[in-house]
Amino acid sequence: MAFLKQFWALVRQLSGDDAYERYVRHHACCHPGEAPMDRKTFVKQEQERKWHGVKRCC
Amino acid sequence: MMNNWRQSLLWLAVAITGAAAAGGIALNRGESINALWFIVAAVCTYLIGYRFYSAWIAAKVLMVDATRATPAERLQDGRDYMPTNRWVVFGHHFAAIAGPGPLIGPTLAAQFGYLPGTLWILIGSVLAGCVQDMVILFCSIRRNGRSLGQMARDELGPIGGFAALLATFLIMIILIAVLGLVVVNAMKHSPWATSTVAATIPIAIFIGLYMRYLRPGHVLEASLLGVVLLLGSVAAGGWIDQQAALREWFNHPGVPLAFAVIGYGLLAAILPVWLLLAPRDYLSTYMKLGTVVLLALAIIILQPDVKMPALTKFIDGTGPIFAGSLFPFVFITIACGAISGFHSLISSGTTPKLLENERDIRMIGYGGMALESFVAVMALLAACVLDPGVYFAINSPAGIVGADPATAVATITSWGFPVTVEQMNSLASAMGEATLFARTGGAPSLAVGMASIFASAFGEHLLAMWYHFAIMFEAVFILTTLDAGTRVGRFMLQDMLGNFIPKLGQTSWYPSVVLTSCIVVAGWGYFLYIGVIDPNGGVNILWPLFGISNQLLAAIALTVATSIIIKSGRWRYVWVTAAPLLWLLILTSTAVYQKLTSADPRVGFFAAANDLQAKLDAGLLSSEKAAVAPQLIFNQQLDAYLAMLFVVLLYLVVADMLRLTYRHWRGLAVLPSTEAPYQASQLVK
Repeated sequence: MAFLKQFWALVRQLSGDDAYERYVRHHACCHPGEAPMDRKTFVKQEQERKWHGVKRCC
Repeated sequence: MMNNWRQSLLWLAVAITGAAAAGGIALNRGESINALWFIVAAVCTYLIGYRFYSAWIAAKVLMVDATRATPAERLQDGRDYMPTNRWVVFGHHFAAIAGPGPLIGPTLAAQFGYLPGTLWILIGSVLAGCVQDMVILFCSIRRNGRSLGQMARDELGPIGGFAALLATFLIMIILIAVLGLVVVNAMKHSPWATSTVAATIPIAIFIGLYMRYLRPGHVLEASLLGVVLLLGSVAAGGWIDQQAALREWFNHPGVPLAFAVIGYGLLAAILPVWLLLAPRDYLSTYMKLGTVVLLALAIIILQPDVKMPALTKFIDGTGPIFAGSLFPFVFITIACGAISGFHSLISSGTTPKLLENERDIRMIGYGGMALESFVAVMALLAACVLDPGVYFAINSPAGIVGADPATAVATITSWGFPVTVEQMNSLASAMGEATLFARTGGAPSLAVGMASIFASAFGEHLLAMWYHFAIMFEAVFILTTLDAGTRVGRFMLQDMLGNFIPKLGQTSWYPSVVLTSCIVVAGWGYFLYIGVIDPNGGVNILWPLFGISNQLLAAIALTVATSIIIKSGRWRYVWVTAAPLLWLLILTSTAVYQKLTSADPRVGFFAAANDLQAKLDAGLLSSEKAAVAPQLIFNQQLDAYLAMLFVVLLYLVVADMLRLTYRHWRGLAVLPSTEAPYQASQLVK
């Protein structure tokens, strides 16, 4: 069961499914006091950023 | 002590098994050989290369330091720079480097027989491709995740930097054109394939809207939904194919399809990323990973026999799929499956900003490329398990074997690869296609190979479904590369133009976005169009040009890596990158020399232009061919100058490195190494 949980966490991280949760965690630890972005704004920014550079090969 | 013994014995066993499998493949003559041997030889080769060579490079040449903080740790910002689990980084890195190249290159190179391709994929990846990816990843990590272009500028100087940037841009143009050609050839007069590929666009847009507005950021459920819809579109395509009225909507020759792809490319470059590019990228990644795993499983379960001979007579350069002799063209054609310059852009892009520890460089850089090369081996197998006659009938252009089926089979049979019209017809109808003759570009033949492997392993009656699934899978991720590439090309162009007109350099200024997108799309659109109207099938021109440019980018990356090793003072290990560099220099120079000077019109660009001009002047061409002849002549000349420019750029960069080497050797001043200073990692326990 623990293994399945770990595997699922890996899949979520691989696909970026938990990106917002990770961002909130990072925000809580490294920028306390500031309000984090809401989910929608975060996803928007994240997509712009992720597809800006070379992301795919031949 | 006991443990050491066991380990040594285990690795000895791996080495012997690999050598036996490789030897069996190489020495086998006349009898058919099981595909499993290729898998065994490949896996053992990668294991040995990874365990010994990459460990040695990490320890001695790069002096990887596990206690040193990586940029992900030092510059952590929760987004670009982020220490990440190494399996997650591996997944991202592999998904980024795995493109259509290693599927198509080996398929085309199978015209020489199975042996040259297999040997180069294995040797090239272990000694050159994996090394390049790993060393560039290391260099970038030590430089805060700088890109290859920036490193070239910082370490070599402005000339090297500019040449690298320009070369990358031109390669991008050729790459997209050839990929576009592959998709167009797969869709030509195939309503099933065309409707399925067309359906992927609204599906991607729907998923984009879903991820943005309905359930923001829920990537997994959106992707799952998308994959289900894509599979549905394959089935729906089959239904459309049966409807006499509907199928005509999707039944088109090459030229209109080429314009559709060009229009699509422009749209994808101008539309916001979240609407088309991002969701398509997710879908293509899952399709790709799923299909690769499925193919590996199917080959292991089914263990098909390889029917292609070890070597064919086409090693003399008369091959129907592309012209040119074994050396250098098997290397140029395989390109990405053994060493791909493009990977250096990924290794110096997102990946270095994610690594938690320098120790992981080996696994991500070397291991990632080893897996990519394994995909190339499987693509080669998928081509070689076909009857050679069928393989050549699918891949040979009508201009070589004749447009009429009877002539085509007669020509191919006369080469010693028996095939009949009935065989091709029944195969085509089993695959749900009107014809499989002259479906050049590699995608249809790969799809036939994959479909027959899948069908034998997982269900024979679904052959047509598997075929169109394979076509859809190839098209989805070719189109992803196409729109992502157009976008990257646009950024590069904006970056270059920004030096002259600052306003054009603003990536968010809409007029500049539209202008530069149009320029990039017009660039690859031109080559795509010419490729489609070329009666010899544009693959013969475009794929070698793409291979040359890709290998040339790899040479530039290795030049940068070599200069960095020289600056580190570890002279005696310079050969680790200098030897593959020298090999690529010989390879690309020979290929370009032959492309410029060969008297064979199928090899030499100028020879082709002159040959066509002579025929046109003598009035030997049909009115249809005469109409496009001037364009084709101009294009052959343009290709020749382009190839020359490629080589000039490469030699500029190499000369810059030699200048640096000389100065460093004589103790003269060189640009200082831009390696970031040591900082102890807090993450290591």
